[in-house]
Amino acid sequence: MSRHLSRRELLLAAGAGLASLVVVRPARATPEAMREAIRKVVGAARVTPGRVKLELPPLVENGNVVPLAVSVESPMTEVDHVRGLHVFTERNPRPEVLSVRLGPRAGRARVATRVRLANTQSVVAIAELSDGSWWSDSADVVVTLAACLEEA
Amino acid sequence: MARALVSVPARARRGEIIEVKALISHVMETGHRRRQDGSVVPPDIIRRFVCTYNGTEVFRAELYPAIAANPFIAFSTVATESGTLALHWTGDNGFSVTESAAIVVE
Repeated sequence: MSRHLSRRELLLAAGAGLASLVVVRPARATPEAMREAIRKVVGAARVTPGRVKLELPPLVENGNVVPLAVSVESPMTEVDHVRGLHVFTERNPRPEVLSVRLGPRAGRARVATRVRLANTQSVVAIAELSDGSWWSDSADVVVTLAACLEEA
Repeated sequence: MARALVSVPARARRGEIIEVKALISHVMETGHRRRQDGSVVPPDIIRRFVCTYNGTEVFRAELYPAIAANPFIAFSTVATESGTLALHWTGDNGFSVTESAAIVVE
């Protein structure tokens, strides 16, 4: 090599390298990505904390199988019922987890399933009511064995 | 072929809220995992779950890769009349399974 790199060039190169590193990192939902995903479902409506109950264990040993339930106290009548339930995560590769449509025929506004959690993170549940209002609940979960990371 | 298990009470009173539990064997491959040679394991996901009660849709869910392998879904419905609950799962690679359960409402 005929010339030495100046300190500035070196710093620029390092900066560029770092930037590309950030870009190349595997896809991972962030709190912003979660907010965006929620925005996509909710639209311009306001989401108020309350009325929804998100049940999740506070401490999870195995992130591959985490029991989760979402419920809303609702009479589930033709005029007053829950239309939809949605679950999002902050730090999974994708923020969406589950989207449920229901109506008066459900009788009770509750769904239970088992999810994967890739990290210690917040999980958010959102409910859409028949009057057009949106409600939310969130839970913090500590995950000791993360899902999604093991090799095939 | 995928095995599905459906739990619905065999009998119910008219108007009673019954719980439906559905379990199906499926890998729910996320598409985020890599093999040892660095190649990505392609996604294979059940995307949709629908329950109809005598032909009327009573529950529907969109599933994402964050749903654990062998998806389990529990929900409720009102026992309106005797008949059949049909549960239908669809997903990647043409995955489509229907399982039904009979209920007697008195």
